[in-house]
Amino acid sequence: MKTIEQIEEIRKKIRQELDIRVNSKSSTREKHILVCQGTGCTSSKSPEIIETFRKILKEEKIENVRVIRTGCFGLCAKGPIVIIRPEDTFYAMVKPSDCEEIIHTHIIEGKEVTRLLCKDVDGTMVKKLDELNFYKKQKRIALKNCGVIDPEDIDEYIAFDGYKALEKVLTQMSPGEVIDVVSKSGLRGRGGAGFPTGKKWLFTKQAEGEQKYVVCNADEGDPGAFMDRSILEGDPHCVLEAMMIAGYAIGANKGYIYVRAEYPIAVHRLSVAINQAKEYGLLGTNILGTDFSFDIEIRLGAGAFVCGEETALLESIEGRRGQPRVKPPYPANKGLWGCPTLINNVETYANITKIILNGAEWFAGIGTEKSKGTKVFALGGNVVNIGLVEVPMGTTLREIVYDIGGGIPNGREFKAAQTGGPSGGCIPKEHLDTPIDYESLSEIGSMMGSGGLIVMDDTKCMVNIARFYLDFTVSESCGKCTPCRIGTKRMLEILERLCEGKAGEEDIYKLERLANSIKKSAICGLGQTAPNPVLSTLKYFRDEYRQHVLYYECRAKECKALAKIEIDPEKCKGCGMCKKVCPVGAISGEIKMPHKIDQEKCIKCGSCKQKCPFKAIG
Amino acid sequence: MPETKMIHLKIDDVELSVEEGTTILIAARKAGIDIPTLCYLKDINEIGDCRMCIVEVEGRKGFATSCIQKVEEGMVVHTHSPEVLEARRVILDLIISNHSKDCLTCIRSGNCELQDLSIKFNIQNIEFEGERNIHQVDDKSPSIVRDFNKCILCRRCVAACKKVQNIGAIDCINRGFESCISTAGDNSLNDVDCTFCGQCIEACPTGALHEKDDTQKVWIRLKDKDTFTVVQTAPAVRAALGEEFGMPIGTNVTGKMVTALKKLGFDKVFDTNTGADLTIMEEANEFIHRFQENKNLPMITSCSPGWVRFAEKNFPDLLDHLSTCKSPHQMFGAMVKSYYAKKYNVDPKKIFMVSVMPCIAKKYECSREEMEVEGLRDVDAVITTRELARMIKQANIEFTKLEDSFFEEPMGEATGAGAIFGTTGGVMEAALRTAADTLEGKSLENFTYEAVRGEEGIKRATVTIAGKEVKVVVASGLKNARKIMEEIRFGKADYQFVEIMACPGGCIMGGGQPIKSSKIRAEVDVRKLRADCLYSIDEKSTIRKSHESPVMKMLYQEFLQNPGSEIAHKYLHTSYHPQKKYNF
Amino acid sequence: MEEQTKCTNCMEQKTKKEVEELLTKYERHKDNLIQILNEVQEKYGYIPPIAQLTISEYLSIPMAEIYGVITFYSRFTLKPKGKYNISVCLGTACFVKGSQVILDRVKSTLHIEEGETTKDGKFSLDATRCVGACGLAPVFTVNDEVYGKATVKKLDEVLEEYSKKE
Repeated sequence: MKTIEQIEEIRKKIRQELDIRVNSKSSTREKHILVCQGTGCTSSKSPEIIETFRKILKEEKIENVRVIRTGCFGLCAKGPIVIIRPEDTFYAMVKPSDCEEIIHTHIIEGKEVTRLLCKDVDGTMVKKLDELNFYKKQKRIALKNCGVIDPEDIDEYIAFDGYKALEKVLTQMSPGEVIDVVSKSGLRGRGGAGFPTGKKWLFTKQAEGEQKYVVCNADEGDPGAFMDRSILEGDPHCVLEAMMIAGYAIGANKGYIYVRAEYPIAVHRLSVAINQAKEYGLLGTNILGTDFSFDIEIRLGAGAFVCGEETALLESIEGRRGQPRVKPPYPANKGLWGCPTLINNVETYANITKIILNGAEWFAGIGTEKSKGTKVFALGGNVVNIGLVEVPMGTTLREIVYDIGGGIPNGREFKAAQTGGPSGGCIPKEHLDTPIDYESLSEIGSMMGSGGLIVMDDTKCMVNIARFYLDFTVSESCGKCTPCRIGTKRMLEILERLCEGKAGEEDIYKLERLANSIKKSAICGLGQTAPNPVLSTLKYFRDEYRQHVLYYECRAKECKALAKIEIDPEKCKGCGMCKKVCPVGAISGEIKMPHKIDQEKCIKCGSCKQKCPFKAIG
Repeated sequence: MPETKMIHLKIDDVELSVEEGTTILIAARKAGIDIPTLCYLKDINEIGDCRMCIVEVEGRKGFATSCIQKVEEGMVVHTHSPEVLEARRVILDLIISNHSKDCLTCIRSGNCELQDLSIKFNIQNIEFEGERNIHQVDDKSPSIVRDFNKCILCRRCVAACKKVQNIGAIDCINRGFESCISTAGDNSLNDVDCTFCGQCIEACPTGALHEKDDTQKVWIRLKDKDTFTVVQTAPAVRAALGEEFGMPIGTNVTGKMVTALKKLGFDKVFDTNTGADLTIMEEANEFIHRFQENKNLPMITSCSPGWVRFAEKNFPDLLDHLSTCKSPHQMFGAMVKSYYAKKYNVDPKKIFMVSVMPCIAKKYECSREEMEVEGLRDVDAVITTRELARMIKQANIEFTKLEDSFFEEPMGEATGAGAIFGTTGGVMEAALRTAADTLEGKSLENFTYEAVRGEEGIKRATVTIAGKEVKVVVASGLKNARKIMEEIRFGKADYQFVEIMACPGGCIMGGGQPIKSSKIRAEVDVRKLRADCLYSIDEKSTIRKSHESPVMKMLYQEFLQNPGSEIAHKYLHTSYHPQKKYNF
Repeated sequence: MEEQTKCTNCMEQKTKKEVEELLTKYERHKDNLIQILNEVQEKYGYIPPIAQLTISEYLSIPMAEIYGVITFYSRFTLKPKGKYNISVCLGTACFVKGSQVILDRVKSTLHIEEGETTKDGKFSLDATRCVGACGLAPVFTVNDEVYGKATVKKLDEVLEEYSKKE
């Protein structure tokens, strides 16, 4: 059990030791080697890198150098990432075998290991993290500590103003004042729908009930989204602290974090954090000597996307199938075991401590009129800089894709960006300059969603993409209500027919009719938004759908059954290999003359394409 | 009591005020506006799954679920706007697209809520045809057939099994399009904790759950000149059979039923009520003995086979509390094949004994090993009220126009006590009438026991017999049965006599009775109407106590000697054995 | 091994005991069901029927409901997985980078579909949603080992390597 004074002491002491992390001019003889241990870098052997560094340091008896595990730096495409402070040198794609050289050249000789430095998109050599274009337009609030502190060390969290917001709230603010600040900040739910957070807190506070609960939704399930995971892995305490603040504000003393079992590292760091917080008396009874008590338990999901829907999540915590409940009543009035329950998503919580410490006006000064603050996106797909980015609301899609993301690789064209995962839509080129906020995204037929942002180049077939998302929804639908259970299945069947060239024009109308009906009649958010990928692609890429039914053609050549395989006569040298390998004898041609494929006979197996030594077939 | 607040709202231009807490659906029905439903079953299944009942509420995004959504002050609701109708039509189309459409040969044709909606929506072709879930039909059990190909996943059966009966033998499994209603490990109902109460069948809006049809078995015997066909009808059947022919719920059709059975060609038509009288003779005697010796108390009735199967699976440690009496129709069957056969010189091997029951567990009961004497099955076939109705229709008999006729002598006249066996509390009351007279040694004038009547699931009472207090409890529905049994198991019960019936409300609400649609169940108290019918038969009876019945006197004089005698035990009593809850 | 096949009943009894042991640290609260199932799945690689029955008795939850919960969550399985469980990520980031090709390749090489196990019990196959290594897309995993930036060639090599292992 620690008192406020003791915590402050730790803060001062450790903050001084860690000055080197944030101050490149820090006058210290120490060096910190930061190694990313997010899931991405961990899968490419970053734990081994840490061990190797430590081993060498020990063997060489080098002192004043510490190796620190951190959370995600964001630029996952360049992982594993190693950063050396205070000079802030950024090494990319480091292998365990590189450790020796880094120690000798960088640490001992004081020179950079040039071959491990990272090249920016424009070809310039980048030495420091913040020199990268990738970071220039970002503003890190939710991710503030990610990549700065060791997530498994509570002292490091405390050093960077950790638990200061809780202290402030417990000693200087009334619950009403806390809610007031959150409301005035303009923070909205980062889980997808963007409901004003302050309002949610207020409703739960006002709801009648002796027992109330605070729940953290960490069941991040959008395929291709990993914002929440990175926050939990990089800065677990900021979520715990925010949940406690929420508990104080609404009058709850118990919290649950519902997290995917597929995130073992996040689960581990959360449990370490909870234990450490308990040891310091930051969780438990009479926190920091006040009469506020709070406890947090972790609940593991078991592989059901729909549990990200708040009422399904509650069902799951209660030990049942994750089937959503009809709303109203909303969880604020009737949540866990019928008690008023506040449910916020990880990223929402990650903003809370900063709002409390810096004030509502500070936060409200960032972003657009209706969407305040920043948003974290998991940038992925056909873009150069795959990774995690946090930008102020109102940043345009173009800035994210080109300035931060570095544009489209392999010289291809941008075709669409998908936001909101299976609930969102595809945004075409003409909307690249849309400033991103909740309203503008839904106006153009997509939605903010939890923050997945997948970029697609011109080799992607939009019908096939719609099919992909519907396939996802169908296999993740809980099966409770008719429109989602059978309706999405029928939509998928139509899309499959389209991709196989077995659909007629009336199928497009059927698809639209189903989509519009499901949108309005499904029980929960998953079902109601499931048609969005179809509706948005129909809106912007209708011609592509029509090509599939009128000409049985898939221009992106993704739909195998429709893609024509052709031989480029310019490239074909007439070697005859393709002719030999074709199982149906569809290829004809004289030796040393360009060959041809009989489209009637071709079964599109692709054997010729693989065999061709001149890459003439495509 | 604080005054209930009234809420004012407008539904389809009708202004109305209803009590706070009313759902939009109920409010609309009060205003004479019908909203279609499928998964809705009042108080039992209010989950909003099927989405048929969606309505538009002004100022709200998306549709509201009228079966759940409570009315709010100033609400403006549109139940039949073009958008709502379009959405409902798509939903119905989707449901039918995944439904086996063999309506002509479906057991529920003509009494199917899905069929009704299809007609209402003028569905003539299915726009969204696609893959269908194909499942094997589970017909392994003697009682229930589960045909998932006709299931629309309304989950009314799950609620009936889990919420009402507290069994949970079936539940929703898998997810998404693969979702279906199944048992643990997808085993047959025969091999799991199902009790065959059949409440799931009563809840099913389609033909996905139904009784195992034994009418063919009966037709074959009826046509066989060499077989002596005997039929008996349970008390509850006469209170409900008329419903299958459009007569009001609770109409007593005893006379017509007997005529119909004779027309079907049964050689003898008897009344199970007489069997019930016999059960009372034995059970009252058994109780008096146990009561006086204070042995195996409380004694628990055993005429509900669903309850017996439940007890054998869940309370194997308490089986010696069950009365060893067979149920009335088994007793009666045993009498026909022994006493009656001998008296009228009929070869008992040629007798085919058919019981018409409100119950599907009786089908299982009559197949139990214990239910035979000297190689002769007590009962050869059990058909339900619904099956009898089907046979009558099949024989082109115009039921409503039939004249009344009477059960056969010499075992025709039953007492009022036998009649009330069909409702919860009836067995207790009938037994108390006899036990009280026996212990007091005189015929008491006050013999109705109001405390054990009525709709409550558990009714407790203390009655004074011959100066001694007897604590009794009546439980109907297995959820209540479990409560009582747990009290007994944990030594918290001080009762001496317990009546348990598996179905909530007793046999009149059995799993073999005419199936009432969700709408009728919401609007009419079916249980009360049927129960009133039985109580009025009791009231009109000249003899209302089993032991005063001349038939009983004759049976004991000529054959059984005394209640509880050796010969009575041979024909009228049985034993129970612990069963494994799951058999796989 | 021999003894195991001889005595499935003993095996069942053993499992029952182990599960009962595992249950002691949980209160008899219904909401513990998913936590318990997670632990059993972890321990056995699937959820054996006897475990379902034991949990059903302990928590007083009908077995059908437990079966319903198991079949709802994709993490729970009713059959043991292969010694090497291959998961191909079909998250969007991986999908747009061609993970479908990887999945198809596993299927055609091992002759199994998603959710199936090879006859020798060596390999099983899953398609998963986002393992969170989007930076390495397309990704597949074998047990806990993650293979990023996958190509058909790389997959073939990995499969070959595991085929040689015991």
